Amino acid sequence: MLYREAGEFHTSYVQDGQTFPIRFDRYAYYAVLVIGFLVIPFVINDYWLNAIFLPFLIYAIAALGLNILTGYCGQVSLGTGGFMAVGAYACYKFMTGLDIWLPGENGEWVRYALPPINIFFSVILAGIVTAGVGVLFGLPSLRIKGFYLAVATLAAQFFLVWLFNKWAWAYNYSASGQITAPTRSIFGVEITGPTAQPWAAYLFCAVFVFVLAWLARNLTRGATGRKWMAIRDMDIAAEIIGVNPLAAKLSAFAVSSFFVGIAGALFFSVYLGAVEVTEAFGIQKSFLVLFMIIIGGLGSIFGSFAGAAFLVLMPVFLKNLLVGTLGWPTSLAEHTQFIIVGALIIGFLIAEPHGLAQLWRLTKEKLRLWPFPY
Amino acid sequence: MGAGHCRPETANAPNGASPREEKDVKLKLASLALAAVMAAGPAMAELVFPSLDYRTGPYAPNGIPVADGYADYFTLLNERDGGIGGVKVRVLPCETGYNTEKGVECYEATKGEGALVYQPLSTGITYQLIPKASADGIPIHSMGYGRTSAANGRVFEWVFNYPANYWDGASIMIKHIMDLEGGDISGKKIALVYHNSAYGKEPIRTLEELSKKHGYELMLLPVDHPGQEQKSQWLQIRRERPDYVLMWGWGVMNQVAIQEAANIRFPMDHFIGIWWSGSENDVLPVGAGADGYKSLAVTAPGMDFPIYEDLKKYVYDKGLAAGNGDQIGRVLYNRGLYAAMLAAEAARTAQEIHGVKDITPAMMRDGMEALNMTEERMAELGLPGFAPPFKVTCANHGGSGLAAVQQWDADTQTWSLVTDYIASDRSVIDPLIEEDSMAYAKENGITPRDCAE
Repeated sequence: MLYREAGEFHTSYVQDGQTFPIRFDRYAYYAVLVIGFLVIPFVINDYWLNAIFLPFLIYAIAALGLNILTGYCGQVSLGTGGFMAVGAYACYKFMTGLDIWLPGENGEWVRYALPPINIFFSVILAGIVTAGVGVLFGLPSLRIKGFYLAVATLAAQFFLVWLFNKWAWAYNYSASGQITAPTRSIFGVEITGPTAQPWAAYLFCAVFVFVLAWLARNLTRGATGRKWMAIRDMDIAAEIIGVNPLAAKLSAFAVSSFFVGIAGALFFSVYLGAVEVTEAFGIQKSFLVLFMIIIGGLGSIFGSFAGAAFLVLMPVFLKNLLVGTLGWPTSLAEHTQFIIVGALIIGFLIAEPHGLAQLWRLTKEKLRLWPFPY
Repeated sequence: MGAGHCRPETANAPNGASPREEKDVKLKLASLALAAVMAAGPAMAELVFPSLDYRTGPYAPNGIPVADGYADYFTLLNERDGGIGGVKVRVLPCETGYNTEKGVECYEATKGEGALVYQPLSTGITYQLIPKASADGIPIHSMGYGRTSAANGRVFEWVFNYPANYWDGASIMIKHIMDLEGGDISGKKIALVYHNSAYGKEPIRTLEELSKKHGYELMLLPVDHPGQEQKSQWLQIRRERPDYVLMWGWGVMNQVAIQEAANIRFPMDHFIGIWWSGSENDVLPVGAGADGYKSLAVTAPGMDFPIYEDLKKYVYDKGLAAGNGDQIGRVLYNRGLYAAMLAAEAARTAQEIHGVKDITPAMMRDGMEALNMTEERMAELGLPGFAPPFKVTCANHGGSGLAAVQQWDADTQTWSLVTDYIASDRSVIDPLIEEDSMAYAKENGITPRDCAE
């Protein structure tokens, strides 16, 4: 009734090609933006920030990144955790002052360091460094495909985690091997560190999510995205019609790793504040993000958000319901939560193998035909 | 709106309820709501102790007994004494699974409830919470774990790690080995099998310093989370034949390591674990092979204390025991009791200092800093000779730093102390603590407090 395109006439190509051609969609999108940027910052507290919004926003960025690579370009990756670690450690080095050690006159090592870089640019630079590392590990994708590529990226995962655990320079020679984000601010407003205000940390991440999602959406519907999708659908055919596989695959790896690196940087600096590479960026993180895009929907921007929301919010919601409201013992609740989330995943995927995004698409389709859907 | 006749307030009333019944239901609901508001209101004084525990995952075998002991001690206080100083205690359990992300969620979820002190039972989560809790003004007590240099109270105002820390542990192990070897261990080879995380890496610095001083050779063997796979590490031990093996393990890693050591027939009395690697749950699965395995202990093992009579009378027999009640009397259960007892004593001290019953986290911190555990007080609490006495001060948040060595007897299935409480080598540890805490202070712009006043 409300959701329909009847009566909407597009009179220009710009109108026709916009992301949300249906007015109701567009208004819903504006409403989400208004709520996200003008309402939530005023009401958010520590619990909502750290238990719900930060993990959701940050995993959404990681899922967007992996979706570009796996969903749009068809290259399976199990290295997400490792690339997030690259982002986190790069961000740490930039925000504490990147240093190099050169031999001095008397043969001893002298430390030369850049001044600490502003947190905003540290995060961006971390993304760029991760993009470089991603391209490096993407090179094998030119020869190997499918499951074999998954194994190659799995090697990246283990190698990178091992590296950041072993390489003392990466964690500034701290005794515990942990990296801790010092307090950093933008325009005098603290973003990282324990005394940062919830609204500041939230807005910082929300801006990244907004810009990156906008970027992803526009990349994937332009020439670059079409090349990725051509490679995904049939790489030989794509090559014959003139898509350069080298450029397409490596650009997908670069853009994807850029996103994942930024997610890792935010995960470390804004969300957790201190991380240990084996615990925070292990293989389970790679699987978590992969499950997000599979459940959310491969090759869909909305799917990345839906998947991240599902896997981040569902456990918190179930925990609050079972322990907080029903008063179950914590261990029973934890085990039950595994069962319920697992059952829901299977249920959703049986109902719609293409994920939550496809469910959403079908719902919209039916709404457009309402009251006589078929 | 076709369902306008169905008013939500009467949804609970049976169909066809008379207006009178409907009114009763409404009244009941209203009074229930009122009761809920009153229960949640600030009028009801209570002391809240969050318990960031874990009863699931690969660390559950060690997490469960500690959580049970922690909860049972507070249940005892509530049942026997009506709480601490007449104010009831509420324990808020929150499952972390030894995972830092969940730990942060638990912290945020419980801190609004008036949490007095956090005992995260995880070095990783402790590192995470140190800056957060310091900013929020809530004390952390990482009892025998966490950041070792937090023993420097001048830098870490809100963090306590009494009665002993990992660097004490490392030094005590070396001292014990020296006792066994007759004072000279130069040229000996000592291996450290450690959990490859902030927790396991803690002792390395001290062991390296001590190896310079005593001239032994140190061999480092990291084991990755969760620790079920240790074949290569133990193969290496078999090949290199170190004289002693030290272990910093937790969760299933302990059982696996002890099993592997038994498999290669490593002499068990030359295998020493930290106080987190020596409970019944670690050695029982290995059976007879674990006989003679040693570990450090900060408290005496066993149930031979008067407090267990009270626990039986007020907690177990009333069916109030936490968990399944099958961990009672185990080493880590005693550890949980001890953690709760120290927290309760600090709260009592805080009540005395400030003359208020319903204390705040800031008062709790003062109580922890003024904590004085004497032999007499321990005996009053029903735990005579349970642990060495110690005193916390403004500058020293690390306690006595004493630990004993306990040994497992597989036949009788008991742990028993085989040494007195040993003091650590302060001449090595104090400079390390000073150095590390000052580096932290510099990094985070903290001016060390003046403790002379």
